[in-house]
Amino acid sequence: MADGGIGAATKRREDVRFLTGRGQYTDDYTPAGTTYAVFARSQVAHGTIKSIDTSAAEAMPGVLAVLTGEDFVEVGGNPAGWLINNRNGTPMKEPKRPVLAHGKVRHVGDAFAAVIAETAEQAMDAAEAIDADIEEHDAVIDMKAAVADAGTRVHDELTDNVCFDWGWIEDNRQATDEAIKAAPHVTTLELVNNRLVPNALEPRCSIGEYNPGTGDYKLTTTSQNPHLTRLLISAFVLGIPENKLTVHAPDVGGGFGSKIYHYGEEALVLAAAKKLGRPVKWTASRSEAFLTDAHGRDHVTKIELATETDGTFIAFRTETYANVGAYLSNFSTATPTFLHGTLMAGNYTVPNVYVNVKAVFTNTAPVDAYRGAGRPEATYSLERVIDKCARELGMDPIAIRRKNFVKPDQYPFTSAAGLEYDSGNYDALVDGLEGLADIKGFEARRAESESRGMLRGLGINTYIEACGIAPSNLVGVLGSRVGLYDAATVRVNATGNISVMVGAHSHGQGHETAFPQVVADLLGVDPESVEIVHGDTSKIPFGMGTYGSRSLAVCGSAVYRATEKIIKKATLIAAHMMESDAEQVDFEDGVFSVRGTNKTVGFGDVALKAYIPHDFPLEEIEPGLEETAFYDPANFTYPSGAYACEVEVDPDTGKVTICSMVAVDDFGTVVNPMIVTGQVQGGLAQGIGQALLENAVYDENGQLNSGSLMDYAMPRADDLPNLVVDHSHMTRCTHNPLGVKGCGEAGAIGSPPTVVNAVIDALSRAGHDVAHIDMPVSPARVWEAMNK
Amino acid sequence: MHNFDFVRPSTLAEATAAMQAEGAQALGGGQTLMPVMKQRLAAPDTLVSLAGIAEMIGVCEKDGALVIGGATTHAQVASDAASMYPALAALAGMIGDPAVRSRGTVGGSLANNDPAACYPAGALGSGATITTNTREISSDNFSTGMFDTALEEGEIITSVAFPIPEKASYQKFEQPASRFALVGVYVAKFADGVRVAVTGASEGGVFRWSAAEAALSGNFSAEAIEGLSPEASGMITDLHGSGAYRAHLIGILTKRAVAAAH
Ligand SMILES: Cc1cc2nc3c(=O)[nH]c(=O)nc-3n(C[C@H](O)[C@H](O)[C@H](O)COP(=O)(O)OP(=O)(O)OC[C@H]3O[C@@H](n4cnc5c(N)ncnc54)[C@H](O)[C@@H]3O)c2cc1C
Repeated sequence: MADGGIGAATKRREDVRFLTGRGQYTDDYTPAGTTYAVFARSQVAHGTIKSIDTSAAEAMPGVLAVLTGEDFVEVGGNPAGWLINNRNGTPMKEPKRPVLAHGKVRHVGDAFAAVIAETAEQAMDAAEAIDADIEEHDAVIDMKAAVADAGTRVHDELTDNVCFDWGWIEDNRQATDEAIKAAPHVTTLELVNNRLVPNALEPRCSIGEYNPGTGDYKLTTTSQNPHLTRLLISAFVLGIPENKLTVHAPDVGGGFGSKIYHYGEEALVLAAAKKLGRPVKWTASRSEAFLTDAHGRDHVTKIELATETDGTFIAFRTETYANVGAYLSNFSTATPTFLHGTLMAGNYTVPNVYVNVKAVFTNTAPVDAYRGAGRPEATYSLERVIDKCARELGMDPIAIRRKNFVKPDQYPFTSAAGLEYDSGNYDALVDGLEGLADIKGFEARRAESESRGMLRGLGINTYIEACGIAPSNLVGVLGSRVGLYDAATVRVNATGNISVMVGAHSHGQGHETAFPQVVADLLGVDPESVEIVHGDTSKIPFGMGTYGSRSLAVCGSAVYRATEKIIKKATLIAAHMMESDAEQVDFEDGVFSVRGTNKTVGFGDVALKAYIPHDFPLEEIEPGLEETAFYDPANFTYPSGAYACEVEVDPDTGKVTICSMVAVDDFGTVVNPMIVTGQVQGGLAQGIGQALLENAVYDENGQLNSGSLMDYAMPRADDLPNLVVDHSHMTRCTHNPLGVKGCGEAGAIGSPPTVVNAVIDALSRAGHDVAHIDMPVSPARVWEAMNK
Repeated sequence: MHNFDFVRPSTLAEATAAMQAEGAQALGGGQTLMPVMKQRLAAPDTLVSLAGIAEMIGVCEKDGALVIGGATTHAQVASDAASMYPALAALAGMIGDPAVRSRGTVGGSLANNDPAACYPAGALGSGATITTNTREISSDNFSTGMFDTALEEGEIITSVAFPIPEKASYQKFEQPASRFALVGVYVAKFADGVRVAVTGASEGGVFRWSAAEAALSGNFSAEAIEGLSPEASGMITDLHGSGAYRAHLIGILTKRAVAAAH
């Protein structure tokens, strides 16, 4: 292995620029002649646009154009990426999502007009001068009411507010119902997976440019997924051919899912740039981010767990209402279905699983994938009901889980929810957890807390998730309209340094460090000689972006395959240089050698030769050293983990303090342990945020009550304990060349139930009969539960 | 933000004159006013910065009271008043974060009278006297409701005198998002009685909890108010807690303040 190859905890090279203020984010780019767009957004959640008078705005200083929904009736809508079928086989409802609202506004923040002016201030002034006559209607907010009442509809052209009513696996429904009916014990839990606002540090920003000389468009934008954005704009929204449109996402300051998707603002700045012949820039305010970034989670669920009296699981049955908001964001239909329902067997050998999900339109911002996307919702439901069941049966929460785990000799294991788990060892993870979290010492710590008047609880959780999204053949069957492979080009330059063009796009993950580690390891070169290029559709073959913990598992595998091709070709060249046969040439630690001789040639010399092919047999060897691979995974990858958390509850105020959080995860091969630890810690912080603090709340009129950081509580450093992370108990992924599984979302998936289980444990030990508290487990909610 | 003119007088007299202009507004640390202007919810024509007026900045002890200049930052109070009036200095040190404390001022906080702000409890709990460029106002008459005070248009808080009690303590239970007070209780024990001021809880803004004052004036101990909490009616109910929860917290925090008072 080269120094700094796979397994090295190399410091992140991108941090030099991030930490010294030299990052180049979208808003840092202001081409000459830039104009500024500001959107007029609906103040009401639901209304009919009677008229929009833009004349006053148009007459204001600096104003270059005012656009409304009327200007975009001819262009397409922003589509859903997945077509989900109802239980009866009919397709889901798919209302048009226009660039600007037309006819109706459907959530607070829905843009119905845009002003482009010489300065942002002028555009803001003019946007305020737009006179919109909007007739307000009752807002559709509560999901169950929205389903029950088809009279008030978010989309008038639809028959009701139900996007789809999906069953997974529909053929298992009857068997599951019967198993539950016959079971000796059934635990039922109703819970809410609270709605979250992503709150990336960098708000969204987009700059459209048009070159009238060539007809080329360029969109610079905050994106986790530039190729998807280009594809959607080309194929669905504006019809600009892909070879006339570059989408460039420079440094991206966080996304957590919210920057996977294409948004109307991106199409608008491109269309306006063409109209004006000047660059058009839009930068979201924090308030706009709250109102218009795709939100996360928002499930209302009833889950039942049927067991034998000894705790053996017989069946899980789930009924979930999933909020999709006012319009279908690109992955919004996949998140509550194939990223949620398919995981509802958890780590367990349970024979019966049935999941029903009703996706509901409401007059709220669109909801889509957010760190974990469906898997946190699945894990939370499962692991909360299991905890409740253990309490009802008087069983230890670890014992009940161990009893039902898939065992190491059962892989590949087909779960009752239809996925084939390829590898794992859940008992080993729990063994590791018991040691690291000192479970045995809990009682002593509890007694110490008690002596200070504090209620201490221990929460346990195990999870499995599906990453490495995703095998195209499988997702195609499941309704995906795209393939989910990824691509990489490895270009060895003449002087031996290497550029790697990757389809994944880091928005904080450290790709610039980790991907070179893979290439360097395979080629036996210094990782410092390898640079990656990402985020720019004009430079990269193709890509499906960074989300779903897929970058290393899918794009990293493409990098691996492309590098293998490089080795193959370089071996040909080396053989030619050493006047031997490729079959006789070995490659190790960056040196080619002819077996059984002392002839050797270094990789750098081969690279140079590739570009100076004076004596090449050109029928056998092409000049140059550049290879591309597209990698389509054979299966999902299945990271898993075992988590423990200890909390103290202040009985006087209900305030929860997290004393410890231990995460033991199996991510398969770990390429850079330092980056992985950081990813898990970030995920844990986010999961603790969901469990204790964060909550996006709309009132009955559809106003976002938690529309700023004054009311939306983000986790801060002092809300968090020391976060203990271990990823040493690994089993390789069996179907990708690196053996990697993915680590980006695990912390956010595993931690919320761990925290809530700990709070319930603390209250139960103190004699409170509290079966559940919905997240965020705020002081007021805990106090109310204790005093009900 | 809309355009505005900016003046930075160096004397109180100049500031008073500048405030006569149509649409003039005082600017303390800008920690409340600036965000509101950025959101275009306020659009003063002229901002009169008080930050350059030396006579309005600083802390000193005078006639048994801590006197704080109206344009003194929270950070300065936290450090400079610590030996004179530790409980009030501690209150200032708990406001916001270092950036907020380095700019926000006592005059701005009291003038703004946010129902969840800390200084209103410190002032009412201490029985402070608020001095303006035209008069003196007792803290008992200063707050007239949420974001509402006895200040007249253009009136500037020049200093605030906080009588120094025998012991005092401010107990703040933070609202999880803003970290203002979900409920904050200021307890001050004077030779002639106890004052208990409550912020964060009431729809009417900061108020004195007279039942607790009466109980504590006879017996300054947590036991004296065991089981006591104010009526939940009139208390704020919002995302972060019900009126009943806030009423309960008042009892808890008052007991804690009594126990912690020094
Ligand atoms: C992130 C954050 C956290 C915060 N946390 C807390 C907290 O925990 N507790 C808390 O109490 N506060 C908190 N604050 C508010 C902070 O204390 C502010 O500084 C204070 O409310 C306003 O003071 P200022 O000097 O910044 O006033 P400004 O914002 O400048 O002005 C506020 C208002 O007061 C008027 N004004 C200013 N000075 C005077 C004067 N001398 N005389 C008359 N009128 C005047 C202005 O015209 C304006 O109407 C927080 C603020 C922020 C931004």
